[in-house]
Amino acid sequence: MASKNISKPVGVIGAGSFGSAMANILAEKSDKILLYARTPEKAAQIEKARESAGQKLSSNIEVTNELSRIGDECDVIFPMVPSANFRNMMRDLSPHLRPYHIMIHGTKGFDYSITEDFKPTEANPLTREHVQTMSEVIRAESSVVRVGCLAGPNLAKEIAEHKPAATVVASEFDEVIKVGQRLLKTDRFLIYGSNDLIGIELCGILKNIIAVGAGMISGLKLGENAKALFISRGLVEMVHLGKVLGGNAQAFLGLAGVGDLMATCNSNLSRNYTVGYRLAQDEKIEQIISSMEEVAEGIKTIDIVHELASTYKIRVPITETLFRIIHNDMTVEDAQTYLMKFPFRVEIDFL
Amino acid sequence: MSKKKVRYSEILPKTHQWPIVNLAKNRKKFTEEVTEEAFTNILATSRGKSLREELEMTVYREKLRIKANPWKVDPEDEKDFWKYIQDKLAESQNEENSREVEEEILREIILRYANEIAGNFKSSSYRFARGVITFGFARLLNAARVKGFTSLFSRQLDLDDKIHIVGEPEHIRKLAKIGTVVMVPTHFSNLDSILIGWVIQFLGLPAFIYGAGLNLFNIKIFAYFMNSLGAYKVDRRKKNPVYLEALKTYSSLALRWGCHSLFFPGGTRSRSGEIEKSLKLGLLSTAIEAQRILFQKKGEQARKIFIVPVTINYQFTLEAPSLINEHLKRTGQERYYQESDEFSSSYKIATFLLKFFTKGSDISISIGKGMDILGNYVDDQGHSYDKNGNLIHTKDYFVTDGQITVDPQREQTYVRILAQRIVEEYHKYNRVFASHLVAYTAFKMLERKNPKLDLYSILRLPDEDLELDYKEFKKAYKKLRKRILKLNKKGKTGIADHLTDKAEDAIRLGLDNVGMYHAQRPLIRKDEKIIIQNPNTLYYYHNRLVGYGLEKYI
Repeated sequence: MASKNISKPVGVIGAGSFGSAMANILAEKSDKILLYARTPEKAAQIEKARESAGQKLSSNIEVTNELSRIGDECDVIFPMVPSANFRNMMRDLSPHLRPYHIMIHGTKGFDYSITEDFKPTEANPLTREHVQTMSEVIRAESSVVRVGCLAGPNLAKEIAEHKPAATVVASEFDEVIKVGQRLLKTDRFLIYGSNDLIGIELCGILKNIIAVGAGMISGLKLGENAKALFISRGLVEMVHLGKVLGGNAQAFLGLAGVGDLMATCNSNLSRNYTVGYRLAQDEKIEQIISSMEEVAEGIKTIDIVHELASTYKIRVPITETLFRIIHNDMTVEDAQTYLMKFPFRVEIDFL
Repeated sequence: MSKKKVRYSEILPKTHQWPIVNLAKNRKKFTEEVTEEAFTNILATSRGKSLREELEMTVYREKLRIKANPWKVDPEDEKDFWKYIQDKLAESQNEENSREVEEEILREIILRYANEIAGNFKSSSYRFARGVITFGFARLLNAARVKGFTSLFSRQLDLDDKIHIVGEPEHIRKLAKIGTVVMVPTHFSNLDSILIGWVIQFLGLPAFIYGAGLNLFNIKIFAYFMNSLGAYKVDRRKKNPVYLEALKTYSSLALRWGCHSLFFPGGTRSRSGEIEKSLKLGLLSTAIEAQRILFQKKGEQARKIFIVPVTINYQFTLEAPSLINEHLKRTGQERYYQESDEFSSSYKIATFLLKFFTKGSDISISIGKGMDILGNYVDDQGHSYDKNGNLIHTKDYFVTDGQITVDPQREQTYVRILAQRIVEEYHKYNRVFASHLVAYTAFKMLERKNPKLDLYSILRLPDEDLELDYKEFKKAYKKLRKRILKLNKKGKTGIADHLTDKAEDAIRLGLDNVGMYHAQRPLIRKDEKIIIQNPNTLYYYHNRLVGYGLEKYI
């Protein structure tokens, strides 16, 4: 029998529900996984219970609080960190990163990098320069260029329960897609590839907006017809937005677009869906956010897209309505009336 | 007291040490190496065709080219050569050794191409040629500017009084000593090649090789100059994969032999007046491949290849009217009608040269900061570093699992990244002149006044619609200037000194200079009105400021 090469461990940054689920999948195919938790207390707690985010950890997963080890010991790294912390994490990690690193992230949110006193005005609008995807943050903050992302209907809890699923690994580099396939493909986890990195990233980011709305419709018990109407109009809005922000329409019609949208808009396992659902139950947004352990990216995305839409002059009725609800400018009931009266564009003109 | 002039010593005073001389001395060996390498590369890439099909296609296309598009510079034996190849290929078709024969044929074709491409540099001719140009231009400059009969012999003014070199000239000298430099200038005018050639020798650098269109060799005197200055020949008629591979291998191997190279990555002169946005990536990719091969051979000790963007800043471009017409015809098709006619070009060149040397409008050439093949800045020792000052090992870009791997798709993606970086640098080093800004302001105001018209309709507006109110114009100019000054502060673009002058003065300077050498000035002021006399050339000069996102500010 040929001796096995001792290969480098695969790194996962972030021990949230998705990070933990991915670590376990990676552990099935790789000798060793290095899982990074943000605080020493968290790392110790996870190690003690050998459990993270409610999921039992495979025996070949080592937990660490030293970010430097991820850079120094791993060649392939999977960052799964909320968008608000991503850039800071990259800044800490960057001195330990080199151009041979491959990074495949799973964060579905925007990085919003502005100074405290920045106020978007007509003379000084918010643009894509200030609002970046995670792959752009990785490229901006380090010498890593071989970057990819994961997207698709990947509800962490179901994956952790070993239920069948599929994901898209998107990257400009075929090499990165192949690495993703090699490390993640199992008999229950199919891996698709795409070269439209920005498009696929935008799918994951924008669907969270629609998920909030879908949760709201469920919460109002308006029925399946209404939800389906909402989701299909939501998809159209996503595509128009996605094209303006740098992606291609094709991405939205596949697994990472429609697929992810369907899973997220129909499941209370989705955080964003839950936010919408609870808003419909008359809970206040601040209350909802503070009660959730993990971040629902959709809320921040709604704020950002509202601003970007005015800069790039695109109509986003669904996002606008959700924005107004979140900022207590409209009640959920009024929103319903408004949307039912709104003259939506009927044309599917993006194909 | 005269200002002390900067003079650069030659970094390699002994010409025989120049890499280009070494290449010329070993021409036979070099072309043979190119042939072997291109041969291996072609066989390794399957394009869905068998070798025989590939060869048959090549023969077919070449015969077509000879018939449809012959040039004076084409060798006399061409027709015979391709007939010989065709016959040899046909005869071997069903033979047992057909594969062997096909490979032999492939080698013969590549070798022929390599010999056609290879330059014929002679250092004596080089010194003579550049002496002629420098002397000639300098005499003209003095004759035109210094008064008096003896001015023809005056040494008072040199070319560097007219052509200002800014940016990082010392840095490029250092890089040329420790590595191989690929200079990538913007390309607006035929004058550029001469200017860059002058800059290279002025900075004390050894001669660079560069690809010159084969058609330029049709004229004997041009051929002499091109050869002497280091050109290799690029035949744009030949688009078959065998030729393209031979060309790329030539460039790649020359870089590995240490030859500094000049690429105009825009491929050809910018027809629209815009700073190159989509660069021709073919030759640029050879720089990346060459660097990877050097790393494969010598590891971390390998010689580095440095990319240096150079922007040439003119207030005007002589060929503007014809270039913009070509561009508009191509993009507008039947929406564009050409109205004006051109008069004789030698007259125009003469008047241009005269005006150029007698009047204002200096040229500034910005030598950019050196970068590695992924666009990271390098220091004077050639080390790459990121924006935080951390060292980057360029070799790592080619490494997977601890080893250098050859991944063509990866390198293709790297070229796009490099191209983006070069375009960013062009915008940074481009200096905004008042003439560009007045053109931009005027054209954009025209667009805003006619929101329902497309470009081609705007270019055909009647005279009464081509007038702008001066007060409004000044207001818009100031708003745009504010944004440009902000970009300048952020390091995103350069500006000419006069741009910070009072708006009234800068506008006057801009109006005086924009398109000043053309038959019809694009823009003039008449009392309280700005009159657009030639929207086509105005559009051309306005294009210089595209790419900075200024549309949002007017």
